[in-house]
Amino acid sequence: MADFVIDDTVDITDVVCPTTFVKAKVALEELDEGQILSIKMNDGEPVQNVPRSIKEEGHKILKLIDNEDGTYDLIVEKVGD
Amino acid sequence: MAVDYATLKKGGFMRQKQKNNFSLRLRVVGGNLTAKQLAKIAEVSENYGDGYVHLTSRQSVEIPFVKLDDIEAVKDALAEGDVEPGVCGPRVRTITACQGQAICPSGCIDTYALAKELDDRYFAKELPHKFKFGITGCQNNCLKAEENDVGIKGGIKVSWKEDACIGCGVCVKACRQGAITLEDGKISVDNSKCNYCGRCYKACPTDAWDTIHGYIVSFGGLFGNSINKGETIIPFIENKEKLMEICDAALNFFAENAKPSERFKFTIDRVGREKFEQRILEVYNG
Repeated sequence: MADFVIDDTVDITDVVCPTTFVKAKVALEELDEGQILSIKMNDGEPVQNVPRSIKEEGHKILKLIDNEDGTYDLIVEKVGD
Repeated sequence: MAVDYATLKKGGFMRQKQKNNFSLRLRVVGGNLTAKQLAKIAEVSENYGDGYVHLTSRQSVEIPFVKLDDIEAVKDALAEGDVEPGVCGPRVRTITACQGQAICPSGCIDTYALAKELDDRYFAKELPHKFKFGITGCQNNCLKAEENDVGIKGGIKVSWKEDACIGCGVCVKACRQGAITLEDGKISVDNSKCNYCGRCYKACPTDAWDTIHGYIVSFGGLFGNSINKGETIIPFIENKEKLMEICDAALNFFAENAKPSERFKFTIDRVGREKFEQRILEVYNG
């Protein structure tokens, strides 16, 4: 299943909405097109809303991994510069 | 000459405490005004009012302190800016709407287009009492659909497209109703839990959902002297023609059955909820 290589990771479990998305967005900006970011987020509002915001920014979501500790890793491929 | 307050009120002129002064309500649809309209409203409020406007609780604009003698001049001036008086009294009132899918990422329907259509169809239609339509684009319900006599809420009915799905599980978490489960790469939706919010589809990275954008309609809402949450009869209406037929049927039921000064909810209660539901279902199934 792991047909991707993670280039960078960001932990947004220490912030709340709307900073969750902002922190993820800043991390994505650091990457080049096609690179892959793993975003660690909390259950609840972040995992309900952040994936959709990332999609609406035009990036490609590859996978949502349940860490089974109340956090999730969202694997995102950067699209665009 | 005696002042015909009923006629003035019909044309949106609300009598003020101050003798011979009127707060002029304007025709606004779905909460939108053009720059041209706003400029003219500003000009008229300076020339004929007190230099300010009031934003009403239902998305209209009123120009207070318009003088009785200036009414015709004010109407003419407003017409130059594509502005006309609104309505008060026993008739269909301002059609309110949120920004809907044309602007808002959460929107499931084009609320403004629908507000225009309802306004064209029913503007100032005479009835036994006031009648309010409100349109909200999604389950977030920013426009509070159920407080209106007829409330319309946008929704999305989904069905899973297996071939486009990557099994990421984003939709399972996006759903706030707990209606979606993912097992062995297969998605299943518990339709009894689905509230048509569309969050699964909006969050899906690959748009792996077939969607129908439709309407959830509530009847008999009130939020004044009495408070009542409008109730839904049909869970989800899939097409606009049917929606319009149902709106017609609700208005006709009200026109035929209501006593003067009786709000829709009380007409439904008095005549019988079953009778009203039956009428709506006949139209829906017809």
